[in-house]
Amino acid sequence: MQETGKTAGAPALELRNITKRFGSVIANDRVSMELRRGEILAILGENGSGKTTLMNMIAGIYRQDEGEIFIDGKEAVINSPKDSHEYGVGMIHQHFKLIDVFTAAENIILGIKDGKRYNIKAASEKVREISSKYGFVIDPEKKIYAMSVSEKQTVEIIKVLYRGADILILDEPTAVLTPQETERLFDVLRRMREDGKSIIIITHKLHEVMEISDRVTVLRKGAYVGTVNTSETNEQALTDMMVGQKVELNIERTPPAKDYDRLIVEHLCMSSPSHDGVKILNDISFRARAGEILGIAGISGSGQRELLETIAGLHAADSGKITYLHHKTGELVNLRAKTPLQIRDLGIRLSFVPEDRLGMGLVGNMDIIDNMMLRSYKRGRGLFVDRQPPKDLAERIIDSLQVSTPGPKTQVRKLSGGNVQKVLVGREIAEAPSVLMAAYPVRGLDINSSYMIYRLLNEQKEKGVAVIFVGEDLDVLLALCDRIMVISQGTVTGMLDGRTAKKEEVGLLMTKGANGGAVNAPERETGSETEVKSKDE
Amino acid sequence: MNEQASAPRVRTRRQSLISITKRPAVPFVRAVAVRAVAILAALVIAGVVTILLTGENPISVYVTMFEGAFGSGPIIWKTFQDIAILLCTSLAVTPAFRMRFWNIGAEGQVLAGCLACAYAMYRFGGVIPEWLLMIIMAVFSVLAGAIFGLIPAVFKANWNTNETLFTLMMNYIAIQLVEFFLKIADKSGSNTVGPSILSHGWYPTLFGQKYLLNIIVAAVLTVLIFFYLNYTKHGYEISVVGESENTARYIGINVKKVIIRTMILSGAICGLVGLLIVGGTSHSIDSNIVGGRGFTAIMVSWLAKFNPVMMTLTSFLLVFLERGAGEVSTKFGFNASFSDIISGIILFFIIGCEFFINYQVHINAGRKRAGEPEKEVSGQ
Repeated sequence: MQETGKTAGAPALELRNITKRFGSVIANDRVSMELRRGEILAILGENGSGKTTLMNMIAGIYRQDEGEIFIDGKEAVINSPKDSHEYGVGMIHQHFKLIDVFTAAENIILGIKDGKRYNIKAASEKVREISSKYGFVIDPEKKIYAMSVSEKQTVEIIKVLYRGADILILDEPTAVLTPQETERLFDVLRRMREDGKSIIIITHKLHEVMEISDRVTVLRKGAYVGTVNTSETNEQALTDMMVGQKVELNIERTPPAKDYDRLIVEHLCMSSPSHDGVKILNDISFRARAGEILGIAGISGSGQRELLETIAGLHAADSGKITYLHHKTGELVNLRAKTPLQIRDLGIRLSFVPEDRLGMGLVGNMDIIDNMMLRSYKRGRGLFVDRQPPKDLAERIIDSLQVSTPGPKTQVRKLSGGNVQKVLVGREIAEAPSVLMAAYPVRGLDINSSYMIYRLLNEQKEKGVAVIFVGEDLDVLLALCDRIMVISQGTVTGMLDGRTAKKEEVGLLMTKGANGGAVNAPERETGSETEVKSKDE
Repeated sequence: MNEQASAPRVRTRRQSLISITKRPAVPFVRAVAVRAVAILAALVIAGVVTILLTGENPISVYVTMFEGAFGSGPIIWKTFQDIAILLCTSLAVTPAFRMRFWNIGAEGQVLAGCLACAYAMYRFGGVIPEWLLMIIMAVFSVLAGAIFGLIPAVFKANWNTNETLFTLMMNYIAIQLVEFFLKIADKSGSNTVGPSILSHGWYPTLFGQKYLLNIIVAAVLTVLIFFYLNYTKHGYEISVVGESENTARYIGINVKKVIIRTMILSGAICGLVGLLIVGGTSHSIDSNIVGGRGFTAIMVSWLAKFNPVMMTLTSFLLVFLERGAGEVSTKFGFNASFSDIISGIILFFIIGCEFFINYQVHINAGRKRAGEPEKEVSGQ
């Protein structure tokens, strides 16, 4: 590689007046920005601000409608990911693009046409070389399906390094990592920077921006807002740039409205139906109270989703109890081994906002009205459905939650992420629930939509609903929830008071008993997860 | 590491020549216009091909085509009969398709209906009163179709077997069952059992028109299926299961039950078609009596995007092409493949134009802009 023009500080990548339209929507509007050699540049923006679209044009996934890309001062024509590789650009996407049944090394060399013979041994050797250079720990012969999320991400990073990339783009790399894994990733990124790589990192998390980046470029609604040196700014200033208006970062938290139990889960165990004997939930016990928000914290994939789905009646538990308590009568109702419809028939209004909004909570190809009808289509006698009540409900929700849509007859998949979630949460709240479970309800949402969701959850709490909130942003969990239950590998590792808990404390409990899954983690041990209990703390 | 990356090659190509974007919304008029242009283009191309291959005047070929489908009263009746049978079969497969259950066994399900009907006529003909025989024929046909639909559905619901393969294989079972029946019913070894044996239980001709009954059944069925799919709770459940099984489970729809119920319905309508064919018109049976309509029905349903009302048009189109092209081959003495070529060209354009309805194609030649001076972007 020629070293001319590659000194630190010289522009490695420059975008000039990049515009990209999707139909009538302008995703990027004349964006100009610059990445310098040997720096870590954070790109910050709300959801839908066009960060990923912009990066995808550099990576050759999309082609810009207008504007130019310059790499090392020369105009680059990028029509495909292959072109992008040739310019030394590598992107690590949010959703990994790996083949499960191949090993790490096989995935890494997949698609490389260098005219040499296929030599997996040499490739493995080179993977090890790259790993030791930057501090990754990875076994090139390990199959992808046996890997943790963090290991998969490592494979993706090595894949682009293997191809000789010296401009790396990481699209929300920390979204799937624990705080500890994030730290290790950042160490790796810093080592790459020292090695002269130029790195773009897309993230929502302000504290990470402050920690890792040299400069920050902010986008808002597809347009470039500005670039600042990280050392000369702070989180509040960045938020102001990002949202364009001052946003109150504090989430209001009222004292619990009631003080009695509503949902009692005891010794709940559940195994995966597809993988024999793998325990996903292991002896989970907790009580959700009326009029409070119970937060559930954990690394993603620790069983949070399955816990909510089991309570909602979507999975069969192996053992344990799920009991609903009628406060006024003191009556106890068993909910275990009941289908969602049976639970409803018992008169228990259990609402559930699942993690997978368009794959479970809603039907993307149906319009808002038909999606409202999901919960109510059975109502009324006779063969026919009555679309009038769901239509009224759809209009009410569009109006009260400010869903931006051409109308109630618009297909839900055509809405943006935040509006999809408003439709889903609106429907679940409209049922006047007594228990409201929400899994990652603000994932992928911009700040304003997120705050609306927090407000709605708080309103439900004040009405005396038992709210269960599975979240990933610890700051939000600590600001919103009355109590926080931490789970790790299907086991409860702690129950904390949301008002007094420390972030580090939660982070520690999240990884407790967890092994594997980190960049430098040792080999996964078996059986140890069953030994860790909340009592240890 | 760094030595790996070679300097980027010098490019002359500035931008890809063609880019394709999806249209956000398509006005109705535009969609109709695109389709009209497509049909016109199809006729022109098919005309050119006709001249090149045969030297005949394409106009006279098209006139013959039209005459083949609408030349005279009896021909028109026969055309509508064909449409009726094809439409009913398409309506039968549509609920399953809406559920994303790829039932390609309509051929066998209809044949099972034909067989059950023929068996009832053979076994009870002349033994019991005609009105009773007709009821038994109807019950047998519908039941046979329903069972042929039920079997793959049960396997799919309980063991997640591949319904496409399963229903396809069931077609061959139906054919073999018919062959078996032919051996029993006609000892002479003929491969058809005709009206001389199946002489009882003929459905009445309405107003002297042999095919009118079938046409009325098709019309009523179209309306019923349309309402069933769009306005009933069952229809709604079918859509939800088809779009997302996870959502169905989340809401509490019993997915197994919906799969089985829908396939029973699908098969039962196929069985009814079998009754219309044997009891209503042909009064005979052979293993090829369905004649591929079970497969053509799949195309009818898809072309109409599973909309029963649109299916009246698509079944009309396919029957028109088949009958018209057949007439062309006969009258001009062409090889039978020629009619397939003409139908193929026309179908190609009609299906292909959907792309231009949903997508916009931009040609980028010469549109490269010179770099404008950077505009100042306001910060906060």
